[in-house]
Amino acid sequence: MTKSFAPIAANGLNHWFGEGETRKQALYDLNFEIERGSLTILMGPSGSGKTTLLTLMGCLREVQRGNLSLLNHELHGSDEALKISLRRRLGFIFQAHNLHESLTATQNVLMGLQVHENGSSHRGDVKQQEKAARHILSILGLEDRLDYLPAKLSGGQKQRVAIARALVSTPDIVFADEPTAALDKDTGLRVVELLKEMGRERGTTTVMVTHDNRILQMADRILTMDEGHLFEGAHT
Amino acid sequence: MTRLLARLLGRLPIGWLQLTHHKGRFATALAGVAFANVLVFVQLGMMGALTGSTLQPYGLFDADILISASDSNSLSEGGNVARVHMLQALSLPQVQSGTPVYISKVDWRIAENRIANLQLVGLPMEAIEFIAPALRPQLLHLSVADSALIDRKTRGGNEEFFNTLSPETPAIFEMNNQEVRLVGTLEMGAGFSADGNLIMSDQSVFRLSPSRSSSAPDHILLKVQEGASIEATVNVLQQILPNDTLKVRSFSQAGADEQSYQTSERPVGIIFGFGTLVGIMVGIVIVYQVLSTDVADHLKEYATFKAMGFNSAFFLSLIFEEAMILAIFGFFPGMFAASGIYALIGMKSGLPVGLTLSRAAMVFFGTLIACAISGAVATRRLAHADPADLF
Repeated sequence: MTKSFAPIAANGLNHWFGEGETRKQALYDLNFEIERGSLTILMGPSGSGKTTLLTLMGCLREVQRGNLSLLNHELHGSDEALKISLRRRLGFIFQAHNLHESLTATQNVLMGLQVHENGSSHRGDVKQQEKAARHILSILGLEDRLDYLPAKLSGGQKQRVAIARALVSTPDIVFADEPTAALDKDTGLRVVELLKEMGRERGTTTVMVTHDNRILQMADRILTMDEGHLFEGAHT
Repeated sequence: MTRLLARLLGRLPIGWLQLTHHKGRFATALAGVAFANVLVFVQLGMMGALTGSTLQPYGLFDADILISASDSNSLSEGGNVARVHMLQALSLPQVQSGTPVYISKVDWRIAENRIANLQLVGLPMEAIEFIAPALRPQLLHLSVADSALIDRKTRGGNEEFFNTLSPETPAIFEMNNQEVRLVGTLEMGAGFSADGNLIMSDQSVFRLSPSRSSSAPDHILLKVQEGASIEATVNVLQQILPNDTLKVRSFSQAGADEQSYQTSERPVGIIFGFGTLVGIMVGIVIVYQVLSTDVADHLKEYATFKAMGFNSAFFLSLIFEEAMILAIFGFFPGMFAASGIYALIGMKSGLPVGLTLSRAAMVFFGTLIACAISGAVATRRLAHADPADLF
C-alpha cells in the first residue's frame, strides 16, 4: 500500500453538548490519524463518545473546537455545501438499517449510486446502475431477494441491503455502526472481508464501531474511547 | 408507471413509490384532492352560469349604445328612461337609429302546480334591425297582437310542447289576465333572476301590462352611423344627456358592467367567489396534510438520504413530485364527477352550466399551483430530519 495523506486526521478535537451549567464535554482534545485503506475498529462503553466522534467524522455535526480533516478538507468552519459534497464520498452503515420501506432491495441500493460523485461510471445509466446494485446484493447473498421490499426481509437481510447501499458506490471512507450485529457469523465475516478487500484494492478506509469480538482480529487498528478520551488498542 | 417516471425524473420516482406504497392512504388522498376539485368546479360552474345567463339577454340585441337609468345595474333592474332622450340622441349626426326597449317580468303557468317567472322583452316591430340577425325571421310573427316567442330553454318547460308551436298552431295561455299566443320559440336559457324569456312587440307588452307607458322605456338602444366611433359618440351623448339620471355606455361595456356587478356586488356572485376560495383552501389543506404526514413518516429515511449526501434540491423535487402526482391523479376523477354534477344542475335548473376546456385547464393549473404551495409548506418539516440522530 502506498503511503499517502491520512483520509481522517484530528488535532485538538473537542466537542460538547449544552451550554453554561448544563454543558457536558463529550470529546477531550483528540489527536489521531487514520491511514488510507485501513480497517479501524472503535470500541468503548456506551456514552464514551464513539457516536459523537463518528458523526463528526461523517460531516453530520459541526466541529466546535480543534481541527478535523476529512479527505484533505478541514471541517472546522466548513460550509454545508462542502460537507454535502464530502458526504457523497462516504458510505454509512447504521445499526438500524434505515431502509426506505417503499423501495425494493435493489432500489434501496440504487439510491447509493444516484448520489455518489465517484459512482459516476453508473450515473445516468439506470441499467448499469441496476446491474451494479444487483451485483453487490448477490455478493452479500441476496440474489433471491433483489425485488423484495424491506417488510419482506429478515433483520439480517435488511442489514445486508443497508451494507450494499453503503458500499455500492465504492466510497472513500465507510463509517459503520455495529454492522455485523444482526448478521450470523459467516455473513458477518463475509462483510468484513468485503470491507478489507475494498481497502486493499480501492483504498477504502473503514471506521467501524463494534462490540463483535469475532471480528476484532481482522482490524488493522483498534481504538478505544472512554469518557471522551481516545486510547490506542483495546482497553477493557 | 415507475419506469416512465424514472425516465422523466432521471432518478427513482421515490415520491410515486412512497405514495403508492400505502394504497389505502393514497386512494384517500386522491379522493380528497378530487373532492376539492369538485368544489372548485361546481363553484366556478355556477359562477360561469351566472355570467353566462347575465349575458344571454344581450345576445337578443344588435346595438352599439345603451342608455339606461343611472341606477340601472342590469337590463332587468333600475328605473325608466324618458323616451325623449332617444330623440335627443337621434339629433346627433353620428347616431343612425334608436329604439326603446321594455323589460319586465310576467308569470306563466306551465302546469297546474308550476309557474315560470319569465323575463318579458318588448320592442317596436319596426326596430327589427336591433334584434340579433338570427332571430329576425321569427320576430316577424310578433306583429299579430298578443303574439309571443317563448324561450324553449325555460326552466320546467316541455320540449315536445315547444316543438308544436308555430304561427299556424299557436298555444294560447293567460298571463296577467290577458291572452298570450305562443307562436314560436327562441333559445336563450334560464338565469338566476328568471326561469326563461318571452319576447313580444312593444304594443303587446302594453296590452299585457296596462300600467306601462310607451314614453318610459327601460332602456334605449342606439346604432351609430357606419364609420362613426362608438366610444366618441358615447362621450358626446354623456355631454348632452343629463348624467345624474342617465347612464350612457357602449352596448358591450354595459354587458361587461353587468357581469362585474353580478359576480362581485350581488350576494350570489360573492357566495360563488367565496365557494371557489373555500374549495382551493380545502385542496391546499388536504394535500398539505397528506404531504406533511408523509414527510413525518419518512423522517428516518430522509435523514439517511441527507447523510448520504442528497441535498435540499433533491428533497424539494421529491415533495413536489408527490404534490404533482396528487394534483394530476386527483384532478381527473374530480373533473369527471364535476361534469356529471354540471349535467344534473343544467337539467334541473336550466342554467347554462357546462364544462369548458378553458375552465378545465384553469382548474388543472390551479390544482398544480395549490399542490405546489402545499408541498412548499410541507418541506419545512424536512428540517426535523437530522442525520446526526441516525447513529
